[in-house]
Amino acid sequence: MRLPTWLAHHLAALRALLVLTVLLGLAYPLALVAVGQLPGLSGRADGSLLTVDGRTVGSALIGQSFTDADGNPVPRYFQSRPSAAGDGYDPTATAASNLGPESVVDTISTDPEKTSESLLTQVCARSRAVGELDGVDGRRPYCTTDGVGAVLAVFRADGLTGRITRVVSVNQTAPATPFLTVWQGVPVELAEPDRDYVAAGGLITPVRGDAPADPAVPADAVTASGSGLDPHISPAYAQIQVARVARERGADPAMVRRLVGEHTTGRSLGFLGEPGVNVLTLNLALDRAFPAR
Amino acid sequence: MTVTTAGVLFILSLVVALVAVHRPFGDHLYRVVSGTRSARVERVIYRLVGVDPAAEQSWGTYARSVLAFSAVSILFLYGFQRVQDRLWLSLGFDPVVPHGAWNTAVSFVTNTNWQWYSGESTMGHLVQMAGLAVQNFVSAAVGIAVAVALVRGFARSRTGGLGNFWVDLTRITVRILLPVAVLGALALMAGGVVQNLSAGTDVTTLTGGTQTITGGPVASQEVIKELGTNGGGFYNVNSAHPFENPTAWTNWLEIFLILLIPFSLPRVFGRMIGQNRQGYAIAAVMAILALASVALTNVFELAGNGTVPQAVGAALEGKEVRFDVSNSATFAAATTLTSTGAVNSFHDSYTALGGMIPLVDMMLGEVAPGGVGSGLYGMLVLAVITVFVAGLMVGRTPEYVGKKIGSREIRFAALYFLVTPTLVLAGTAAAFTTGNNSTALNVGPHGLSEVLYAFTSASNNNGSAFAGITVNTTWWNTALGLCMLLGRFLPVVFVLALAGSLARQQPTPASEGTLPTHRPLFVGMVVGVTVVLVALTFLPALALGPLAEGL
Repeated sequence: MRLPTWLAHHLAALRALLVLTVLLGLAYPLALVAVGQLPGLSGRADGSLLTVDGRTVGSALIGQSFTDADGNPVPRYFQSRPSAAGDGYDPTATAASNLGPESVVDTISTDPEKTSESLLTQVCARSRAVGELDGVDGRRPYCTTDGVGAVLAVFRADGLTGRITRVVSVNQTAPATPFLTVWQGVPVELAEPDRDYVAAGGLITPVRGDAPADPAVPADAVTASGSGLDPHISPAYAQIQVARVARERGADPAMVRRLVGEHTTGRSLGFLGEPGVNVLTLNLALDRAFPAR
Repeated sequence: MTVTTAGVLFILSLVVALVAVHRPFGDHLYRVVSGTRSARVERVIYRLVGVDPAAEQSWGTYARSVLAFSAVSILFLYGFQRVQDRLWLSLGFDPVVPHGAWNTAVSFVTNTNWQWYSGESTMGHLVQMAGLAVQNFVSAAVGIAVAVALVRGFARSRTGGLGNFWVDLTRITVRILLPVAVLGALALMAGGVVQNLSAGTDVTTLTGGTQTITGGPVASQEVIKELGTNGGGFYNVNSAHPFENPTAWTNWLEIFLILLIPFSLPRVFGRMIGQNRQGYAIAAVMAILALASVALTNVFELAGNGTVPQAVGAALEGKEVRFDVSNSATFAAATTLTSTGAVNSFHDSYTALGGMIPLVDMMLGEVAPGGVGSGLYGMLVLAVITVFVAGLMVGRTPEYVGKKIGSREIRFAALYFLVTPTLVLAGTAAAFTTGNNSTALNVGPHGLSEVLYAFTSASNNNGSAFAGITVNTTWWNTALGLCMLLGRFLPVVFVLALAGSLARQQPTPASEGTLPTHRPLFVGMVVGVTVVLVALTFLPALALGPLAEGL
């Protein structure tokens, strides 16, 4: 019996798909799983797991939060970068923040469900918190001293032009103090919850302020990574944490600094990527060298 | 060494590696697609599939074979996801919802790999490796096969035959994709990419929290995801995930794999038509556009303009420490210049102009060097349009590599070009008129960019995203699924029709009046035509999105 051509095509297609599924979907990956069990490769193929006293404590490639149950940093540990993966460093919910470069206006509401922080305010708040924790200057450009984005909504008489009629610091609400008292002769008001100053016609104007252009808190300390699982921090961020960790552990800062060096990976071949400090392996080494008092 | 110097060296080393490899690898590709002897495994496959490897197919039969294979693949993949809870290695996940299963089935069959879902919380290991990863191989093979069929149209004369789709599919898969995938996967595993069937290991962290270290057959999928310019991540965060891309050198390797086949195919074109210099000209067009894009993305990202990057001191939001700004920007350009769409950093958080370049890369039609196969056929269509435009200017019948470009040929080329802009602009407009743009995370111009990026990515079969937008709704999954389907198969049919038309012609010997298509002048003209066509089509949309935000 001869099949109609269109049916013959589809039958050939189905057979081809099944044959290729067996070859590419089963034989190929399972053979590689088997190869991955060979000595020398098995640790890496299984996720570079780290064990302490026979107990698995994580993966050398996956970052962790070093915070207590309330989310506060545990000071005897080096801290990882901010993370947008679940509640932080959750490999079952990997994510980036996806907030854009002009995400500068918070949504402030009496309903906590509707409240959300702009990326700018998140950056400012993190910078301030890291500054306090590690005893360095937490100020940044475009940030208020109370750790939110320094952003004004400027209302003008004719929309885009004309004299200024009203100025609102959109990310600050009572009881805060406006980061500027006056803007071009007009007093700056605090924002009120549940107001949309953009829709009302306010021109969004971020204010640079006088913070140093090269802040003491490094860039990676105030930004979330792409994966939310970044195992590394920059050597600069490790550097500002050395004094605190050494103090908490009663250790010699020079020794701690030496451990940081041992857990720093330079650029591969001298030019690929950027140097990073593996926070988990560093903290494990600290626990071995200077057990908590 | 400064960050900029290291970034430049990173790019240069990729260029050197590609220049060194594209000839031998292209020659290997050429032998595979033009050879006639079958290996034993191939003969077994032909017998199981029930095809005669010696039979030539007309363009219509070739197209119907492509469409039949893709239709069966979509149905199979849809069904697979819908019953995954009853299968081995499901990890306890529910069946994928119907609109999501449709979207994903189309997405992987069309080589797009747009992902509305998080791999780690939606797809079981079996669906990933025996469903999605299989399409990573075969959708790439389909793309290469269609490109080869078009080149046969240029190379052959007075024939209806364009080769045999089943033979092309088999040979490309078995002799090119699979061997490179095995080598690449082993290298990635050595770098730390996971390859097991673990459902996850629960650990107690140093501070007493809990964490689940995920597992999966990642390396086997990761390598073909790049090599086949697919881009669908095993995990939600794709190549930013340390288990997909653990080190700076695996990052280099992944970019190299993305660009390997697309930059080798012009060599295949040159060899098949018997004029290597024509292949070099095409490669030169691709390289000029690609280098410009890589350079611009790096410049804009390293400059770090915009309020938040200025506050931070670098455009580091959504980027990993081990890749930093420059290696992330280079990956972003490579992934959108091809049809890959894998990401090692999140484009949504890029500076306004740095994020616009990936968008423009896709709008170019992904021809520099483009997806595996689709890049070459897209570029050849642009070359055809260029000789046509040049012919109009001097009043001669346009020819390209010995074939006349008549009204029939230019009609197919024009139709090919019009498909994606239509889908992108109509789709974006539809999202706004129906209010579905409200799922964008960001507001204002950046919100428009998110919607525009989504439709550009789907229609061009890229798959990367300004990922803040929520697309897990019936409307979005359906609309983007349609864009991916039409954006893939309408152009494929037009390309094959063009190939059929070219193959029937007699070759036209080059004469005094023939425009030489291997000289720098022609290379410059194709670059110009490509850029002008895109600028005319998309500038208004870009002005409302990234340009409004960044200027």
